Amino acid sequence: MANVTVHEEDVLIKDNGFDDHFHEHHHGDKYQSSFIFHYIFSMDHKIIARQFLITGMIWAIIGAAMSVVFRLQLGFPEESLTWIKPFLGKWIVVDPTTGIGKLAPEFYYALVTMHGTIIVFFVLTAGLSGTFSNLLIPLQLGARDMASPFMNMLSYWFFFLAGIIMFYSLFLSTGPFSGGWVAYPPLSALPQASSGSGTGMTLWLVSLTFFVVSVLLGGINYITTVLNLRTKGMSLWRMPLTIWAFFVTAILGLLSFPVLVSGFFMLIFDRSLGTSFFLSDIFIAGQALDRVGGSPILYQHLFWFLGHPEVYIIILPAMGIVSEVLSVHSRKPVFGYRAMVYSIMAIGFLSFIVWAHHMFMSGVNPFISNFFVVFTLIIAVPSAVKVFNWITTLYGGNLRLNTPMLFAIGFVSMFISGGLTGIFLGNSAIDIQLHDTYFVVAHFHIVMGVAAFFGMFAGVYHWYPKMYGRFMNETLGKIHFWGTIITAYAIFWPMHYLGMAGVPRRYYSFDTFDAFRHFTEMNKFITVFAIIAFFIQLVFVINFFYSIWYGKKMKTKNPWQATTLEWTTPIEPIHGNWPGKLPVVHRWAYDYNKDDREYVQQHVPLNEGEVGDH
Amino acid sequence: MTYFIAFAIIALLAVVVVQIGKLSELASRIRGEEAVEKSSNTTQGMALIVFMVVFLGASVISAWYYKDYMLGYGPLTSASAHGFELDHIFNVTLFFTGIVFILTHILLFWYSYKYRNIGGRKALFFAHDTKLEMVWTVIPAIVMTYLVANGLIAWNSIFPTLTEEDKYLEIEATGYQFAWDIRYPGLDGKLGNKDFRLIDLASNSLGIDWRDEASADDIILGGTDKIILPKDSTIKVRITAKDVLHNFYLPHFRVKMDAVPGLPTSFIFTPVLTTQEFRQQLSKYPQWQEPVDPADPNGPKKWETFEYELACAELCGKGHYSMRRVVEVVTREEFDTWLAGQKPFYGANIRGTEADPWAGKKVFSYEKKARASELRSDINTFIADTTGTASNAFPLKFVNFDEKGILLSEVAGAELDVLAEIVKQKPSMKISVTVTAANAEEAQAKAEQVGVYLSSKGVTAQVTGVASENQSADSKAANKVEVKIISK
Repeated sequence: MANVTVHEEDVLIKDNGFDDHFHEHHHGDKYQSSFIFHYIFSMDHKIIARQFLITGMIWAIIGAAMSVVFRLQLGFPEESLTWIKPFLGKWIVVDPTTGIGKLAPEFYYALVTMHGTIIVFFVLTAGLSGTFSNLLIPLQLGARDMASPFMNMLSYWFFFLAGIIMFYSLFLSTGPFSGGWVAYPPLSALPQASSGSGTGMTLWLVSLTFFVVSVLLGGINYITTVLNLRTKGMSLWRMPLTIWAFFVTAILGLLSFPVLVSGFFMLIFDRSLGTSFFLSDIFIAGQALDRVGGSPILYQHLFWFLGHPEVYIIILPAMGIVSEVLSVHSRKPVFGYRAMVYSIMAIGFLSFIVWAHHMFMSGVNPFISNFFVVFTLIIAVPSAVKVFNWITTLYGGNLRLNTPMLFAIGFVSMFISGGLTGIFLGNSAIDIQLHDTYFVVAHFHIVMGVAAFFGMFAGVYHWYPKMYGRFMNETLGKIHFWGTIITAYAIFWPMHYLGMAGVPRRYYSFDTFDAFRHFTEMNKFITVFAIIAFFIQLVFVINFFYSIWYGKKMKTKNPWQATTLEWTTPIEPIHGNWPGKLPVVHRWAYDYNKDDREYVQQHVPLNEGEVGDH
Repeated sequence: MTYFIAFAIIALLAVVVVQIGKLSELASRIRGEEAVEKSSNTTQGMALIVFMVVFLGASVISAWYYKDYMLGYGPLTSASAHGFELDHIFNVTLFFTGIVFILTHILLFWYSYKYRNIGGRKALFFAHDTKLEMVWTVIPAIVMTYLVANGLIAWNSIFPTLTEEDKYLEIEATGYQFAWDIRYPGLDGKLGNKDFRLIDLASNSLGIDWRDEASADDIILGGTDKIILPKDSTIKVRITAKDVLHNFYLPHFRVKMDAVPGLPTSFIFTPVLTTQEFRQQLSKYPQWQEPVDPADPNGPKKWETFEYELACAELCGKGHYSMRRVVEVVTREEFDTWLAGQKPFYGANIRGTEADPWAGKKVFSYEKKARASELRSDINTFIADTTGTASNAFPLKFVNFDEKGILLSEVAGAELDVLAEIVKQKPSMKISVTVTAANAEEAQAKAEQVGVYLSSKGVTAQVTGVASENQSADSKAANKVEVKIISK
């Protein structure tokens, strides 16, 4: 018996399943009846997941387009940008004599700031964790829906509201906020310091506060669902690694985002109510301000107390997805399941005590940095364990090198490349030279930007059949993968050399300095590949939307022959996920090729003498 | 029209993409999905191997190509003492991470190719192996411990605690939108206090507190002057900011520290190569021997125009990228000469103005020195004069009296001591001192006080008090003190 047939699967759930009498009540149906409640104000986690994903994709396109515009400035500073004046208006300053249009420096900084804010928060937090936590937590745990579907809906709509406010700020006459995505005061606190620090910053703060509300509503839901709504037999040690990753991610978010909000509130007070939490000894625009006693460094502590866990909020879901995808498409159990779980926990815990490694050069006491160096570099150990375990998962497998698998392999490559440069930056002595240079830009783009995108792409290609009942096109997927991995390395690898040469990040132009202006050719190279990378992503977007309606149909419930519970639900998704009873779990999530069976799903009862856990 | 064409091209590309997708699906349906998947696994596996070779090759070759810009290689070695240590740790880290990078990538891509599904094979059930997992937990832990230990030893030596006994030069850099102000401590080696409330863009852009005596000899560099630093001397930069965060970044010296309003920070470093020496070092490399201007092959070469630079490395607004300042390292002797030639800001801009808190109350040692040598040279000019055209009257600038009319001997001493010294050396010399005051009585009393002071230094002088002709003149103007040499 190589395969459990669809028929037998249903019988198993029907006979052994856990009856929660869900379908005897009709509490969910009224929300599903009309178009508005079915597709817009939906409380169904599967719809909400898709809402997060598509909203995230829209933001990703906006954020990526911004990077293309500022890369044009950096790569081709001599070229005229007059042709984008119809879109950017006064932000393209045309020299009246030569007719050459240039990006205004204020707007360059606004673009850099918005690019960071959008990608970090809207795409890689909401778009990644929001999508897959929503989709997979109930489905893989055997739950009917989230613990609170209503809060789940609110979570999306707060995110939507945050997005609307941020989008609106792009059209202000003074421009959106332009002080960097970290929004360090006093630059962010004083409208006289920068044109973007006026209304643009106010809207930035309001938008992100709503965003945090969204994250918290989502996070509480994810945690509650994981703790309370696991189906019978689904012990914590039987949960797939995806769920472990989403669970720890949600805890990180719940503990760290409120700290960010407290920082935001103090910043709002400093901006509007005349307090001095972050301000002291400031003389600006010809005036000495009546603000003393505050410390700009306090804000940095509050910001990075979120900011560092935030990078793990971004990367942990990607790690979970990759662990799952690698295992399914290798036809092997993920290697060292327990070690993987412990390393997720270790990374999650450590992420709270390393925040000041972003601040070695901020003026904090150098002695304090000793502790942060030690804790930071300890993170390398669980990270290394994860990498070795992923590689060993491939060893001796029977690999399907399809698009999700390729992206998962690409993720591991990116995570290695970007993770190793973290060892340089986490060591404070080396950080003296590399801090705030392009080395940092290369490091975090590879390790949490590109890598997280790879995890997200792996997840989208893998669970697309679960979301839309159809497959995305494989050929286009492979074009997308190869185009992305090549261009991503072509963009970010050279930046290491820029950073080692000392070129600082957030420079509008490198011509002012002898030391930084040697790299014209390299900057052109990076920009050209950034443009290509942008268009390659459009292949994905087209593939995504085309496949929703015209993709190859999913004919069996479990097209990847995976073991987890989401593949026992009907092809046509229903409210409550399972018709009739909930499946009961008898084994862990990775029984691939354990005996003569190629794979055994989690709800299949144990044979005599068989062990269900590992 | 251009936009229409651009839009049409994008639409066309989209159609092409969709067609590729359709075609590939059709092909796989014709050939059978399983067969397609297996042949695709092989193609993709080979592609991964090719990618690995190209990627690893490109990473090594590009590192070689850009080695001249990497830390610790090529011409751009560290120009400061601590930088060598830092570059060394960088390279140790590069060594270990380089090995891991290459090995893990080879395994990752090789396994992906080797274990691709081509049918006829069953995957291993290999769920965990405690021994193996221990190995790859312990080895990274040991390597990390080594790197951390190295790093922290260096880190703590880069941030020493300097005491009074340590000899160091403390300078101050103040960042503001969008430039740097640089202040040197002057003769006393101390930087005076400052307070942002005292900032006056016209006369005191740093907000220096002139009531602090240490500020009187501080030197503020002009807006674009080079920052001159002595070679082989410990330099402590006090880093401050006026408006928003900035960062004092000297890439060649491996120095970087935020400038925070309200919280002075510092960085201690020792330049080990003068600008000239660094240029000599660069001149050995062919890429630095090219002319600066390619159109002018006989013009200055790149190495000849090299300068150390100060940049801002913390986003501070729209002009962040332009906060350049040139730094020049010279020998200690050249530095001392240069510093001696600098005029203290206070003396040149504040002394004698309304903002001067010490007017008539204090004379600073550098001023005493300057005035003494001025007076000495004036008197010597008179003595040496044979034509009889030189005036024998010398107005004394520092001889002042307090509100009660008592001589401020500490201040007056600056000139009177010089006078006494010259007179004592020439016993034949006779002098007289005239004090002009509001009325004759007061003038006489003040003149006598001067006489008493001079006699305490062993010099006798005729003293005269004269009533001011202009009664309405303020007392300051009326307190005119003049010395005359009656006979050489």
